[in-house]
Amino acid sequence: MSIPVGSTLPTGAAPDEPGPGALAAPGDTRSARTRHLPRLGVGGWVSVGIIVFAVLLAIFGPLVRPYDPNQVSLSYANVGPVGGHLLGFDGAGRDLLSRLMVGARSTLLGAALVSSVAVAIGSSLAVLTAWFGGRFDTAVSSGLDVMFAFPGILLAVLAAAVFGPGLLAAGLALSMAYSPYLARVLRGAALKERAMAYIQAGEVQGFSSWWLCFRHLLPNISSLIVAQGTIFFGFAVVDLAALSFLGLGIQPPQADWGVMVSEGKTPLLQGYPLEAISAVVCIVLVVSAVSFLGEKLQERPMDVQR
Amino acid sequence: MLAFVVKRLVMLVVTLLVASFLVYGSLYLAPGSPIATLTGGRAPSPQVIAQLNAQYHLDDPFLVRYWHWLVAALHGDLGQSIPLHESVSTLIGQRIGVTASLVLLTSLIIVVIGVGLGIIGALSHGTIDNGVLISSTVSAAMPAFAAAVVLQFVFAVKLPWFPALGDGNGLLDSLHHLVLPALALAASSVALVTRVTRAAVREEMEREHVQTAVSRGLPRSTILRRHVLRNAAIPITTVVGLTIASLIALSAVVETAFGLNGLGSYLVQAAQNKDFAVVQGISLVLVVLFVVVNTIVDIAYALLDPRVAIGSRAQ
Repeated sequence: MSIPVGSTLPTGAAPDEPGPGALAAPGDTRSARTRHLPRLGVGGWVSVGIIVFAVLLAIFGPLVRPYDPNQVSLSYANVGPVGGHLLGFDGAGRDLLSRLMVGARSTLLGAALVSSVAVAIGSSLAVLTAWFGGRFDTAVSSGLDVMFAFPGILLAVLAAAVFGPGLLAAGLALSMAYSPYLARVLRGAALKERAMAYIQAGEVQGFSSWWLCFRHLLPNISSLIVAQGTIFFGFAVVDLAALSFLGLGIQPPQADWGVMVSEGKTPLLQGYPLEAISAVVCIVLVVSAVSFLGEKLQERPMDVQR
Repeated sequence: MLAFVVKRLVMLVVTLLVASFLVYGSLYLAPGSPIATLTGGRAPSPQVIAQLNAQYHLDDPFLVRYWHWLVAALHGDLGQSIPLHESVSTLIGQRIGVTASLVLLTSLIIVVIGVGLGIIGALSHGTIDNGVLISSTVSAAMPAFAAAVVLQFVFAVKLPWFPALGDGNGLLDSLHHLVLPALALAASSVALVTRVTRAAVREEMEREHVQTAVSRGLPRSTILRRHVLRNAAIPITTVVGLTIASLIALSAVVETAFGLNGLGSYLVQAAQNKDFAVVQGISLVLVVLFVVVNTIVDIAYALLDPRVAIGSRAQ
């Protein structure tokens, strides 16, 4: 997955044009409670809907699935939708819908873990380098520059070779690969915040660095952190699915969307596309929703209320 | 300008040194002894162990071993694949052609379609522009493996226009086999390039010098060629270069999906089989290519836009 360093994709809008949630316009009828939230628009709310549905699926899917996702019945291999089995069966005669429902959990949980670890590492590095500056900043930043030499997928393949295939090694490697990008974007915001008068006032009054960093600086860049975390969650879904597709991530027979694309490839070439295509549709829907929402959140300027 | 280039080249060398150290050192992170990792868990005979000890200088301190490995790698010797009893450089040499032609063809598609659609989108309004935006949004959401599966189904299974798997023989046949993989690899990158091009051209069109040229009645094509595209080329080159660099690692996914016998798919197989010398060798080659392309992009960027070099000197 290529990661655009500037993080927002240009859409052709004039660069200075305020985002949809920039300022409470005079005619803004929204209540004070919701006014600071970005305006999502139709696309944004559709995205939120898809994400909420996917999260509910990840939580409850394994509980409400209609059939056992690992029940093999070879006589039903690649049989299309028949009574009660809305999507039919996969190449081993397992119920497809059940596997999709169960697969949501590992796909989303894995991506959530990867992006949280990456956000934790990236934002700590960003705050620390912005706060202490000087040689520490130079050292860490040049270390991060070297990390840019490793594309995420390559690092994950390397990790899988060393520690064996599986979610843990691949996930940790992806977190490592993402964190320099996050650190670079967040460091800029943290530097800007560091120079603000309220931080200097706090320093003059003798508050500790930790207190200022975690009580004041971090909360003030939190909206950017959330937006970036959302965007990288989307990257993590794609990259983890790609690794499962390569056979280096989650291992079959566990139901997982990436694994399903990989397992569905042979039936697809024989003319039974349902397994691979349905998993691809799930992945693409979630990823589009997440990245759309991430860009929307990013549009919100950080210093509205100041 | 010269100072900038020298600085970038020094950074390149340092980055490559650290990256090669990481690639090499990762072998020693593996649980178990290096011998076990190198032989992938098979029980080696004492001769093999002695040979490996000598070959990898396993009795030397770590840094000395790294140094030996690096010097050998610089001489084109990346060690032996234990399961295949063949030199890693030979194995890489047999496969690098497929990966290189895949990446080249993909880059061509990205540049022609991405930049072309971007310019069309920027210059037109209404239906055509919306069409460009919508198609780029859809393909941006297509990860390479998803695009691969969809293309395979539509253009190899339903419409048997292209082969679904394999490398092909001879120039034309190989090219025929590479079309779908290249399209799959290009899908999300084309979208990125389209959007950047569209935004860059739009922005230039509104600049004063372009408006002046329009009001003086210069032909539209001249304005586009001499005033708009030259300035818009700066962000476009950057995003194209960075995208192409990212293809190098991503090719593994597409090669595996289409059964192409390239470096990426071989890296994945080697990782599954714990053929560690091959994993190290291919990772090193891919990282070097990635870093070198990135450096070229940086320098090209500075050549196109002298402000970049000046800005970096001011820091």
